[in-house]
Amino acid sequence: MAVNSKKIVRIGSGAGYSGDRIEPAVELAKKGKLDYLVFECLAERTIALAQLRKLNDPSKGYDPLLEERMLACLSICTKNNVKIITNMGAANPEAAMLKVVEIAKSLQLPHLKIAAILGDELTEKIRDDEYSLLETGKPLSSIKKRMVSANAYLGAEPIVEALVNGADVVITGRVADPSLFLAPLIKEFNWSLQDYNLLGKGTALGHLMECAGHVTGGYFADPGYKDVPNLEDLGFPIVEANTEGGFFITKLNDSGGMVTMATCKEQLLYEIHDPVKYLTPDVIADFSKVKITEIEKDKILIEGATGQKKTGKLKVSIGYRDGFIGEGQLSYGGPGAMDRARLGLEIVRKRLEKYQPEIEDVRYDIVGFNSLYGNQISHGKPYEVRMRVAARTSTKAAAVKIGNEVEALYTNGPAGGGGAKKSVQEVIAVQSILIDEEKVVPSIKYKII
Amino acid sequence: MKLREIAHSRTGDKGNMVNISVIAYERKDYELLLREVTAECVQSYFSDRVTGEVIRYEIPSIAALNFVMQDALGGGVTRSLFLDKHGKSLSSALLDMELNP
Repeated sequence: MAVNSKKIVRIGSGAGYSGDRIEPAVELAKKGKLDYLVFECLAERTIALAQLRKLNDPSKGYDPLLEERMLACLSICTKNNVKIITNMGAANPEAAMLKVVEIAKSLQLPHLKIAAILGDELTEKIRDDEYSLLETGKPLSSIKKRMVSANAYLGAEPIVEALVNGADVVITGRVADPSLFLAPLIKEFNWSLQDYNLLGKGTALGHLMECAGHVTGGYFADPGYKDVPNLEDLGFPIVEANTEGGFFITKLNDSGGMVTMATCKEQLLYEIHDPVKYLTPDVIADFSKVKITEIEKDKILIEGATGQKKTGKLKVSIGYRDGFIGEGQLSYGGPGAMDRARLGLEIVRKRLEKYQPEIEDVRYDIVGFNSLYGNQISHGKPYEVRMRVAARTSTKAAAVKIGNEVEALYTNGPAGGGGAKKSVQEVIAVQSILIDEEKVVPSIKYKII
Repeated sequence: MKLREIAHSRTGDKGNMVNISVIAYERKDYELLLREVTAECVQSYFSDRVTGEVIRYEIPSIAALNFVMQDALGGGVTRSLFLDKHGKSLSSALLDMELNP
C-alpha cells in the first residue's frame, strides 16, 4: 500500500456548524487546491433533533442544508478531484447518501462513489441495558422511556475504509469531529492506527479545523484589541499536512479574516478540558506542548502535539424528552427603566407562585443588566432593558402561561413596556454514557453512479 | 490593570461544563497570569453563575491558562434556562478582571 502514499495533503474546512455560510466552502473547492473538503455540521444536540425528524419521515433526519451545500459544491469538487467528508448524515446517513446520489444525477456528474457510514445509532440496542449517566451518575433506566436517540461517537477507522475503497463522498452520522480530518491523513499517508503520536498530531489538526471560521478570525474580533479584516467575507481554513504529521493552517489570499498565532491559540483550547488528555475514539491526544509559529502572513505552523493509546471506550450521547421551556420578554426604557423592569418581574414572580406553584425552576433576568453574569459583576445603569422570565415546565400548556404572564403586563403591569415576545419549546436534553468500543460495530454502504 | 490589556480569551462548552482560555498576548506576561489569575479568583469572580469546582490547567508552550468550570450552564446547554445557554459570553467578562501587576 505504501507505494501510493502521498507527500502532502491539503484539506479545507467547509462548515463549522449546521447552519454555517455556504460561499466560503465554494471558494475553497474552486481555488484551494484541495484534496479533501470536510463539512462538520453536528453539535451535541443536533442529532437528537434530527432523530425526531426521522421519526416523522423515515426519508429525512439528515442535515437540513445537505441539499443546498451539495448543489453548491459537488460539481466543483468533482471537477477539481476534491473528495468530500461530512457528518451531515446526522440521524440518517443512508437517506443522506440517496439524496446525494439524486443530486449528483441531476447535475449529470459521472463516476461518483458515495459512502454512508452506519452503526453509530444505538437507541434500541442499549435502551434496556445498565449504564450510569456521566453527568448525573443516575442509571440510564431513569430516562429510558423518554429517550429519543443514542449515538456513539465513532472514530476515523470506518471513514478510512470507505476512502481506501474509493469513495469520493463519505457521509457519516455521529463521528468525533477531529476524526473527520484525521481519516484522510491516515488513508493518504498510510499511518498505522496504533501510531498514537501521529494520531495525536492529526487530532490536533482536526481540532483546529473543525470549527471552520473559528481559526481564520471568526468569533475573535474585539475592536481596538483584536481587529479582524473583512469578516463579511470570512475565508474558511485550509490545512496542509505532511507525512510526519507536521502541518500549517492558511486561507485563500482574497478572502476576509486572518490566520494568526492568536487565532490558532484560541481555537486550540476551545472546548478542551485537560490539555494533556484530549479523549477521542482514536487516541488520547496531548496538546500541552504544542508550539505555534508564524511562517508568513496567514500561514501558521503547528508542532508538538503527541498522543497515547486510546481508552477503548466510546462516548454515547443520549437525547431524551425533558419537558418544556416557556419564556416571555418585555422591554422598558428611559428614566426608571430598571425599576419598572424589576417591578414587572416581581409581579410575574408573585403570580407564578400563586397560580403555578408546581413550577420549580424559573429565571428572572434583566437583559442589558444581569442576564449573562448575574448580579455580582454587573454594574452601570442602562437606558433601556428587557425583562425576561424563563421556566421549565412538565406540560406545554404550563409553558404557554409563562409567556402569557409577561405579555399581560401590557395592560396589567408597569408603564411603558414594549416589544413583548413569548415562546415555548420542547426540551430535548442530552446526557452521555461510556460504552466498550467492541460493542459498536460500524458498517458502510456504497452507491455508485 | 485589567486582564484585557494583556490577554485574550474564548469560552467553550461541553455538557454542563464550560472552559475559558486565558492567553497572554506576549510571553513576558505569562508569569503575571500564573500569579494573578488563579482558579480560586476565577471561581469567586463567577460565583453568581458557576456553582461547581474550577480547575486551572497551564499550557506554557503557548503562554496560556485553561479554566474548566463544572456546573456552569444551569443543567447543560440543552436544558439551561440561561439566555446564553453555552456560557459563551463569560470570557468577555473575565477579561474585565482587575490585576495587580
